[in-house]
Amino acid sequence: MTGHADVIVIGAGIVGSACARACAAQGLKTLVLDAAGVGGGATAAGMGHIVVMDDSPAQLALTRRSQQLWEGISAELPADVEFERRGTLWVAVDEEEMHEVRRKQAVYAAAGVRTEVLDARAVAGAEPELRPGLAGALLAPADAVLYPPAAAAWLLQQAVSLGAERLGPQRVAAAARGEVRMEDGSKLCARWIVNACGVGATQLLPELPIRKRRGHLVITDRYPGFVHHQLVELGYLKSAHAVADESAAFNVQPRQTGQILIGSSREFGAEDTEINRSLLAAMLRRAEIYLPRIGRLRAIRAWTGFRAATPDKLPLIGPWPEDGSLMLATGHEGLGITTSLATGELVAAEITGIRPGIAAEPYLPARFLNGSPAASEQLLFGEAAYD
Amino acid sequence: MTQTFDILVIGAGPAGVAAATAAAEGGLRVGVVDDNPSTGGQIWRRGAASPAAARRWMEQFESAAITRLMGWQVIDCLRLGPDGGVLRAEGNTPGGEAADLHFRRLILATGARERFLPFPGWTLPNVMGAGGLDAMVRGGLPIEAKRVVVAGTGPLLLAVAAHLKERGAQVMAICEQASPAQMAPLGWALLRQPSKLRQGMGYRWTTRKTPYLTRCWPLAALAESSVGESDGQNSQPRLRSVRLQREGRQWTVECDYLACGFHLIPNTELAALLGCAMRDGFIVTDEQMQTSMPGVWCAGEPTSIGGVECSLLEGQIAGLAAAGKTGAALALSKRRAGMQAFVEALERACRLDPRLRDLAAEETIVCRCEDVRMAALRGRSDGRDAKLHTRCGMGPCQGRICGGATEFLFGWRAGQVRPPLYPALVSSLMEEEAAGSVAGGAEYAVSEGIENV
Amino acid sequence: MTERASTALLSGGVALSVDGVIVQVPPGTTVAAAVCVAGAWTRRSVSGEPRAPLCGMGICLECRVSIDGAPYQRACQTLCAPGMQVSTCGEPALP
Repeated sequence: MTGHADVIVIGAGIVGSACARACAAQGLKTLVLDAAGVGGGATAAGMGHIVVMDDSPAQLALTRRSQQLWEGISAELPADVEFERRGTLWVAVDEEEMHEVRRKQAVYAAAGVRTEVLDARAVAGAEPELRPGLAGALLAPADAVLYPPAAAAWLLQQAVSLGAERLGPQRVAAAARGEVRMEDGSKLCARWIVNACGVGATQLLPELPIRKRRGHLVITDRYPGFVHHQLVELGYLKSAHAVADESAAFNVQPRQTGQILIGSSREFGAEDTEINRSLLAAMLRRAEIYLPRIGRLRAIRAWTGFRAATPDKLPLIGPWPEDGSLMLATGHEGLGITTSLATGELVAAEITGIRPGIAAEPYLPARFLNGSPAASEQLLFGEAAYD
Repeated sequence: MTQTFDILVIGAGPAGVAAATAAAEGGLRVGVVDDNPSTGGQIWRRGAASPAAARRWMEQFESAAITRLMGWQVIDCLRLGPDGGVLRAEGNTPGGEAADLHFRRLILATGARERFLPFPGWTLPNVMGAGGLDAMVRGGLPIEAKRVVVAGTGPLLLAVAAHLKERGAQVMAICEQASPAQMAPLGWALLRQPSKLRQGMGYRWTTRKTPYLTRCWPLAALAESSVGESDGQNSQPRLRSVRLQREGRQWTVECDYLACGFHLIPNTELAALLGCAMRDGFIVTDEQMQTSMPGVWCAGEPTSIGGVECSLLEGQIAGLAAAGKTGAALALSKRRAGMQAFVEALERACRLDPRLRDLAAEETIVCRCEDVRMAALRGRSDGRDAKLHTRCGMGPCQGRICGGATEFLFGWRAGQVRPPLYPALVSSLMEEEAAGSVAGGAEYAVSEGIENV
Repeated sequence: MTERASTALLSGGVALSVDGVIVQVPPGTTVAAAVCVAGAWTRRSVSGEPRAPLCGMGICLECRVSIDGAPYQRACQTLCAPGMQVSTCGEPALP
């Protein structure tokens, strides 16, 4: 077995794999632990949409940086990662949403993200299956689609080729003060322990402000050319962050296989992996409003997954002030696939003291500790946190 | 569409036919759903030279007041409680209408499917299951004068060979992987079931000119490139011959079809979705065939692979018990114990030779939906890991075909069952549950047997 | 109903089209059997192999064909009907 490591990454999802790769790239002696296979948690359940989002300036910075990092490695990605620069089409149904299109374009432009406003005709031309009568759309052409478990496996393989070591499936019982204790009683020590367990992060650190937010997806048989871009309703932000415990939004993705991935739903308070039939039905009806013929496609599978949601919709990346050895890389909610790379960069930068590509402050877990402004206002998941 | 039943039976094979017929005698509203276009299941399907017992059962079934929903595939359970539930089904038509089937009590008679094992060439056209070719012939595939090799394991091989022979096929060989020693207890058990023994001897008489080879299996299905006839598919590989192995000897038999199935796997997906307890891959029931889920009974192959007589008996018990006729159900269930020896002997006779694990070459496809090859699967920690990283089992059969193989090859177990149970139109998953009419209400007072519900 | 289909009906058979070729089969024949009679395969696998029915009972989905314009229909679970248009092996058409 291995002696003292610089970093132990717990969790081999896409975030943990990206952290391991970034740490190993800095020459840190890195170990990776996971309870099961690579990318079997939220990584396997998610859509695999590399997207720039502008819900907040901090979110924009993180997603923008991540997208650049994905772009930078896109030529190296093996075929099974299925990286395709499909572009996102933010679909606007009416003039009110067209205002949002133009606002969004200005925000993106200020951040250096190129987008294109499509009018009604251009939308119909770009996506003939969309219903007639839409107002337009914002096209973000640099957004991409990939297959997350394969991406996680590749990132981990990169980490290993840079010197990281992956230990066989191990369930971690505790991780604190530089020591990781397995359920079988064995121990590992390191200067840093990175908790990249997604919703499982609270099992090691119950006080983390993370809640499970369940989502549903449906995948169809193969219908190449049915849609061409990742299609998202512009009301997505409204519905995705709605106060309601359950919400569904139109979010459809073309896979390289020709399959269509249909999302999305958000649900607090659901602890099991069961399908919520009525929410699933609502999600599919929402998709049908935009794609009237989607009902004629054959669905071959449906599943659920858990997003790790934080009160302020920003991930927890950086040191946990209560324990000088603990580093967090969790709480990415629905953006972990996109933001995994910038997360890895921030974690490695924090450990080595080098300057990261973006400011680390907005994502520091310390914001939720007593006395911090975020803690006083947002420690509890309440309506206030969701505008 | 919405339909409401006192008792809903899933599957119109022998177990389902017996269950529905027994349940309908009390005047209850009974419905039977099956995805096949015709009743009888795989064994009594249209066109079969049915034994007299089968004809009697089918006549009773056809004349009873039973709603038969043929060509409907159950895709989900929307609700299940102690007082009943709702299944959603989809019609096997291009339009694919959805229907919500409300029930007070449910009987699962979902039968079994063949286990397939990958070997080089098994994905070639005209390589089918043993039951698969039989079903195709019953569905109108001309087999007269065609050369067929029947292979795999289990009593189905002989039955299929005999049926194909009766239809004019030239059965070149029957290749049974099991050893005579392993099959001997089955022979002893058959002595206690004279009708089965007579049937088996009849099959062998029909196929008496065909060699029946034990410890024999196909090593490879070999192709020739033929010029397509009318469809313009030139140079398509077509089955030409089968390479067989028996002990140290290998030889090649020319044929038009290879019918190859390695016994049966129970269809338990619906039961698993409902939450029924399982043991060793089969549904657990009590002596009245009730599952661990109140109001849900199970009969036939999902509980154990025991042949038609066993399925009929279990179907009757389940039908009577679900209809509240506990006394009659318990009286019949005594006979079921006597069939256990046969079930065990059959299981032993069909146990797969470990050498069959070596049939697949590295480049042999294991998952036919996604064309995942053997080499990609080696070293995967479990079925889910393989699915996520190789796509094995990710296709439209939902792992029903490769799952039987990977269970034998690697010991992988099926994962969580979720809707849709089969590929279904997105529109069929889009609708909220349709309200059903009240079924019987207080009149449906089942006094006996309701205690354990 | 086409003229040919009605002729077939009179003669006790069912006429349908498989990839544009008229096939005549006895009533009660499955589409899977009719496709075999027509000398066609049912589908191409994701890596391009020709495939034909395997299980014959609606489980394996190797027999998926387009019927009357609707893709991914299980041919073994569908009975032939007069005038039915079956197409095999093609690119998966949109519904």
